[in-house]
Amino acid sequence: MTTTLVVLDTTERLRRGDRELLVLARSLGEAHAALPAAPGDGLLDELAGHGVAAVHVPAAGPGDRLTTPAVALAAAAARAGGARTVLLPNTPEAKDVAARLGVRLEAGVITDAVGLDTDLVATKSVLAGGWTTRCRATSPVLVATVRPNSVELPAELPTELPAGADRPAVHVHEVEDTVPAARVVGRTELPASGRPALGEARVVVAGGRGTGGDFGPLEELADVLGGAIGASRAAVDAGWIGPEAQVGQTGRTVSPQLYVSCGISGAVQQRAGMQTARVIVAVNKDEQAPVLEIADLGIVGDLKKVLPQAVEHLRSLRG
Amino acid sequence: MNRPLTLVVPVKHVPDAQGERVLSGDPPVLERGPGILSELDEYALEAALQLVEASGGAEAGHRVLALTVGPADAAAALKRALQLGADAGVHVLDDALAGSDAWVTARVLAAAVERIAEEESRPVDLVLTGMASTDGETSLVPGQLADRLGLAHVGFASSLALAEDGATLTATRHTGTEVLELVAPLPALVAVTDRANTPRYPNFKAIMAAKKKPVRTWSAADLGLGPGDVGLAGSLTRVLEAVPRPPRTAGEVVVDEGEGGIRLAEFLVARKLV
Ligand SMILES: Cc1cc2nc3c(=O)[nH]c(=O)nc-3n(C[C@H](O)[C@H](O)[C@H](O)COP(=O)(O)OP(=O)(O)OC[C@H]3O[C@@H](n4cnc5c(N)ncnc54)[C@H](O)[C@@H]3O)c2cc1C
Repeated sequence: MTTTLVVLDTTERLRRGDRELLVLARSLGEAHAALPAAPGDGLLDELAGHGVAAVHVPAAGPGDRLTTPAVALAAAAARAGGARTVLLPNTPEAKDVAARLGVRLEAGVITDAVGLDTDLVATKSVLAGGWTTRCRATSPVLVATVRPNSVELPAELPTELPAGADRPAVHVHEVEDTVPAARVVGRTELPASGRPALGEARVVVAGGRGTGGDFGPLEELADVLGGAIGASRAAVDAGWIGPEAQVGQTGRTVSPQLYVSCGISGAVQQRAGMQTARVIVAVNKDEQAPVLEIADLGIVGDLKKVLPQAVEHLRSLRG
Repeated sequence: MNRPLTLVVPVKHVPDAQGERVLSGDPPVLERGPGILSELDEYALEAALQLVEASGGAEAGHRVLALTVGPADAAAALKRALQLGADAGVHVLDDALAGSDAWVTARVLAAAVERIAEEESRPVDLVLTGMASTDGETSLVPGQLADRLGLAHVGFASSLALAEDGATLTATRHTGTEVLELVAPLPALVAVTDRANTPRYPNFKAIMAAKKKPVRTWSAADLGLGPGDVGLAGSLTRVLEAVPRPPRTAGEVVVDEGEGGIRLAEFLVARKLV
């Protein structure tokens, strides 16, 4: 039975993407989890519900060092647990960890995986979503970062300790993390939107220069659909919305069930972040806009009229 | 700051993403047509030039070196970097390098950075990279290079400045939920995003001046790497198969004549997306 280590950066709740990694790890054999600090009982129960056999935590908290504590812990946990595969989220933060972990474990690293079979062959999206490759590591250990919305979750998500099950064993590691590192000297929390996280949302409503800076109609639609708000770089550069909302080559890559593109022309760098969405709907007042070439439904019109009407109609259908 | 700094900017020559890009062969590799300097590397080079300009410029003895690993036509990326303002170029050129993955690329770059320090007779203070290449898109090389060289590492930096003392740098980084203020000791490696600055365009004078700038060419063996260390043989990942994603075809396009929103809503209902 092979062991897969899942490197998470939570100590409180599992997010959707975390659960996908755990389900994937279990499909390969035994699952272990590495966490940045000792978890609460609630999280341990959730991990038990996902069939996690062992949890690895550092003896000392991560402190203010960037990236390297997670690398050191993951390396220690992978070695101690005999992991054949190490899975991480596909976020920029986790990619930095995966990169350095690859060097420490002399392991091939595959990013942007959208699947991993039992022979450890990964399916990966490349060239801005234009191609799909199958690839594998030639090293004894594989490190992979997996895109959210790649793994089916069970209808019933485990939230508590399954009857008769034990909480996973918690292994505390004295990790040595003495390499030079950047340190975090200030943190500003971004205001919480109450909407799902952009990267893992099932629905994304995204706005561009064509919003003229008013995201109100998009927010209303996102709320009716339970979606997240995204943006083009033009909207971010204009200062209308924070960079964390940017979708595209230099923003987030999203693969939602539904992407609603509003007032976005559909440049290649924007498409890089959204063209693997299952369904794309575009609202654009220019019938020549490139985004209409990839949209399952294109509405040529003014988003300020189309979106509120759509919201009103959806609400009326709901009664 | 009075200490002269040595900055190295790794740059990559890539196929233009605006054109069609094709993977072919066994194992599949990206077909190389006429290429460009990876757009995201221009932000790294600009960051290096701005740091130098803010600390007394070339007169203060600072040096910016552009470093590329790639086939003969990758010289075009170096040329562009020199036109933009790098002082000198280094080209690691070797047929054995074809097919190298991130692991090998970081290994070769690390050896080249060490060799640069030897030849310049002073340590490399700062390595600046883009946040990803626009072809491989893995974002792995910066972190792997930092780990190999034992450098303090900031990935995905949206701004960057040198501290007065000349021994540390400050940077900011946006995560999905936070903005981080960071401090790192030199020597360091910083990967910058496209928010870090606005890259300059080379003017005529800079283009002419670039012709006189030196480019050193090294083979893998010059860096102490054997044929088994590089290329496919040295890589830790293998591509088995590559298929183009079925092109997305345009679906229905409806011109809004007062009912566009209703059509949108009905479509979502019909597709069970509500
Ligand atoms: C290195 C690099 C990285 C980049 N990374 C990204 C990235 O990650 N993400 C990204 O998005 N871009 C990125 N870009 C920028 C990209 O090239 C485009 O410039 C950008 O996507 C354009 O944004 P936009 O579509 O909102 O604006 P525009 O191209 O200006 O398009 C606005 C659209 O809105 C429509 N419109 C206007 N008014 C209305 C209205 N009332 N109702 C309906 N439609 C309306 C117009 O018809 C037009 O199609 C990058 C560029 C570079 C060079």
